[in-house]
Amino acid sequence: MFLRHRTPIRNQTAENSLFARRAIIAFCGVVILILVLVINLYNIQVNSHESYQTQANGNRIKVIPIAPNRGLIYDRNGIVLAENIPTFSLELIPEKVKDLTETINELANLVTVSDDERARFLKSAKRQRRFKSIILKSRLTPEQVAKLSVNLHSLPGVRIEARLKRFYPFGESLTHALGYVARLNKKDQAKIILDGEEATYAATRDMGRLGIEKYYQKLLHGQPGYREIEVNNRGRVVRILKEELPEHGQDLYLNIDIRLQEKAYQELAGRRGSVVAVDPSNGAVLAMVSSPSYDPNLFVHGISTKNYKKLLSADKPLINRSTMGTYPPASTIKQLMALAGLEAHIINEHTSIKDPGWYKLPNVERKFRDHLAWGHGNVDVYRAMEKSCDTYFYDVANRLGIDRISTFMDQFGFGQYSGLDIHEEKRGIMPSRQWKRERHNQPWYPGDTISLGIGQSYWTSTPLQLTNATAIVAASGKIYTPQLLGASQGSNGLLQLPANEKSPVILKDNYNWEIAQKGMWKVVNSPGGTAYNVFKGADYISAGKSGTAQLISIAADEKYDAKKIKERHRDNAMYVGYAPFDKPEIAITVVVENAGGGSSSAAPLARKIFDIYLNKNDNNNTSLLTHNTLPKQKKSQASSTGTIHGR
Amino acid sequence: MDANRAGAGFSKPQPLSHKIHLDFPLLAGLLALMCISLVVVYSASGENIAMVKRQAINVGVSLTAMLIVAQFAPTFLRRWAFPLFFIGVGLLVATLLFGHVGKGAQRWIDFGFAKFQPSEAMKLILPVMITHYITRYALPATLKHVSIGVILIAIPVYLIYKQPDLGTSILVGSAGIFALFLAGMSWKVICSLIVSAIPFSIAMWYFFLHDYQRRRVLTLLDPERDPLGNGYHIIQSKIAIGSGGLDGKGWLNGTQSQLEFLPERHTDFIFSVLSEEFGLIGVIVLLCIYLFIIARCLFIANNAQEPFSKILAGAITLTFFVYLFVNIGMVSGLLPVVGVPLPLVSYGGTSMITLMSGFGIIMAIHTHRKVNR
Repeated sequence: MFLRHRTPIRNQTAENSLFARRAIIAFCGVVILILVLVINLYNIQVNSHESYQTQANGNRIKVIPIAPNRGLIYDRNGIVLAENIPTFSLELIPEKVKDLTETINELANLVTVSDDERARFLKSAKRQRRFKSIILKSRLTPEQVAKLSVNLHSLPGVRIEARLKRFYPFGESLTHALGYVARLNKKDQAKIILDGEEATYAATRDMGRLGIEKYYQKLLHGQPGYREIEVNNRGRVVRILKEELPEHGQDLYLNIDIRLQEKAYQELAGRRGSVVAVDPSNGAVLAMVSSPSYDPNLFVHGISTKNYKKLLSADKPLINRSTMGTYPPASTIKQLMALAGLEAHIINEHTSIKDPGWYKLPNVERKFRDHLAWGHGNVDVYRAMEKSCDTYFYDVANRLGIDRISTFMDQFGFGQYSGLDIHEEKRGIMPSRQWKRERHNQPWYPGDTISLGIGQSYWTSTPLQLTNATAIVAASGKIYTPQLLGASQGSNGLLQLPANEKSPVILKDNYNWEIAQKGMWKVVNSPGGTAYNVFKGADYISAGKSGTAQLISIAADEKYDAKKIKERHRDNAMYVGYAPFDKPEIAITVVVENAGGGSSSAAPLARKIFDIYLNKNDNNNTSLLTHNTLPKQKKSQASSTGTIHGR
Repeated sequence: MDANRAGAGFSKPQPLSHKIHLDFPLLAGLLALMCISLVVVYSASGENIAMVKRQAINVGVSLTAMLIVAQFAPTFLRRWAFPLFFIGVGLLVATLLFGHVGKGAQRWIDFGFAKFQPSEAMKLILPVMITHYITRYALPATLKHVSIGVILIAIPVYLIYKQPDLGTSILVGSAGIFALFLAGMSWKVICSLIVSAIPFSIAMWYFFLHDYQRRRVLTLLDPERDPLGNGYHIIQSKIAIGSGGLDGKGWLNGTQSQLEFLPERHTDFIFSVLSEEFGLIGVIVLLCIYLFIIARCLFIANNAQEPFSKILAGAITLTFFVYLFVNIGMVSGLLPVVGVPLPLVSYGGTSMITLMSGFGIIMAIHTHRKVNR
């Protein structure tokens, strides 16, 4: 209806002025709104300029941390124990790839891509920003690298990246001492945040997880550098504004002699056991072997579940037996028991007793048997050590009593952490009245004391503690904290780690040391000594003490027959010793679990280690740590690790 | 009869501008904007000369369009108002039914030889239609005529909104509303419309707005809500504007635009590029040019001889202002992101041709004077 034409009666003047009014109102509105815009822009551009300027710079300038190269680890002769080698991985940048699934399929034609790898890739592709490179397949073989390289030109967004990865050339023989590095995990990250070290670890992928690698993580890690880059909105680098190079981690020189280490590991030959060797003159740990072991390189790239399950076997390869294996020390502490007796004037050099083959407390029926059923006859302190006479030490222990024994043995470090520079360590047990009350809520019985005389009962010790105790005897009371680390090499040059001497064991009569030492000498050098046959013909004079730790009690009328007893319940073979006798350079403990007699199963191993170590010192004095010179084998960090980062 | 007398007073022959139906001061303002456009597009496109060439072609084509439109007397538009409106609405319906889907919205009709965006044409057709309808009767417009006018506005606005194209429907709607306003729609009606707008907008929020539009409004209120999603545009744009400061970082030196942190920097967000590189001073120069154009157009409108011309010119001018206000408001975080280009500066031919055709109409109004009636 409104389309119907009608001639309006119009007042043109009124209409004109109406429009003029409305136009002016509209124009005023326009001006006001433009002013609103200007005020708002003034606020943004002038008042808040600084803040937006900062944000604009924050947008375009990114600080990219550069990971420092991890320090290398050498043995005392400069042989590389842990190095960084480039490994190649196949990576994709999702942003540059047209069709991810299709590209992965194409790559799968060239190299095998497992479903697992594919799934892991797609998962992280979803989480990360699209311009970030994501690993599809790591640890490419040279053939795979070659095969991929010739095809890369037709696969945009696909590249082969070289990264430095830790490699342990000596594999399983060193695992427990050296430890390993593994990928940084959530737990590590939480700890890094807790310690406020996010900046230090900003570019780091691996973290020391065990042994030296963990203990000296800070030294080995170094300080990251950074690169200030200008990026566009997709994070692509436009140009580098500033670059600060990282301070690489320090190289570490261990006191370990890899030859001793390897030999000991070979000789243990997969049996359960441990060898620990220390220099009694400074506490340097020359060898620290735990067997069975495992390949640390497995952990560097992330161990598979299958492989990890294997490590959970009954033989417990994950345990560092040298520091965490607690064994009854058995006869290997008889020289210490003799010292305690001499110091308390219970015995002297000439005291002798008659050994009928057993020991009995007055008024108690139970007999404590000697390992020689018919007895050793008349024994003095030397013969008691030489022949490892049990009855003699039953008597000494009984007369000393628990309190004097535990106080005396405490001085030799039993039941205490040794202070070794790795975190994995157990204290073992040096029993006392108080300990038994707390642990078992029982009083101390006189019978308990008697077995202590031959290192049984509740007494347990790690091989490292036994070595330290032996070294203390060898050094006539001097105590050094055992140290795996010998020196570190950083930008400030080589830094020797000084020996850490602790307050020594002081005897009332220093001659007593000589009695203990002479007793140990007889074990090896007197034709009747338990280890005489093993060390016959050696180029050096050594001293020692064998031990055979009984793991189950044998009834009084029963005979020990190894064949009848399950392997796990057979005796542990033990040997402690040191050499050369007059100027000790090496003290050792050998433990072979369930191997039977100490002199037959453990002592031969000790001899082989002595042979190598002492011959070396005679023939070629290349030891870095005794001569303070860098061996020629040492390659410089820069040339061995290259500049593979920075790509 | 004032205008007649003034016309009669100039007994001299018509000046050149009236012969070719152009208004030189207005043309100068428009050309200034177009020059700015070419300069900023060069920077915003990452010094892409091909893009500047294409924009130069857009400028040429839209100037030609303006020149052609300016040759038609306003009476011609009046005559064709109804048919054009019906064709326009018909095409909008057709777009919804058979339209070409681009960027998730149906805006184009493909005729085979050319693509056509009916909603663009509606930006001019609707004010012509409304003005034509309302000026058939004596002014000020009565409530009845205003109501019918509102219905006439609502039809195309709803159809465009359904495409969905909120930006264009706002522009089309405001063109119609301004026509009604200039026609003397009573203040009572205006106030009651504003008051009723409140429940209406609440209803819109819950029943009509798309999710993405709701999110845009929410992120406008607090861009940090979604710094990598919807808030990203606003945050990056404000950083660009703010870091420009008083005198800017200099042409081609805006880090936000050159390093591509700014989204859609040569189209909807070109104002941010300009602010970053030329600072507040550059912005004020730009706003002055806009203000000059608006003032000149309103002057022309006021001097027009008949209500149809006056109101039509005024409505087109004020719509032009809505364009720039919505765009600048949105890139500087005052208004939600609705996808309205900065008039005559943003890269792109479609909106430029429409705008320049609008200015062609204004020039026609100014130059087609009935000297002797």
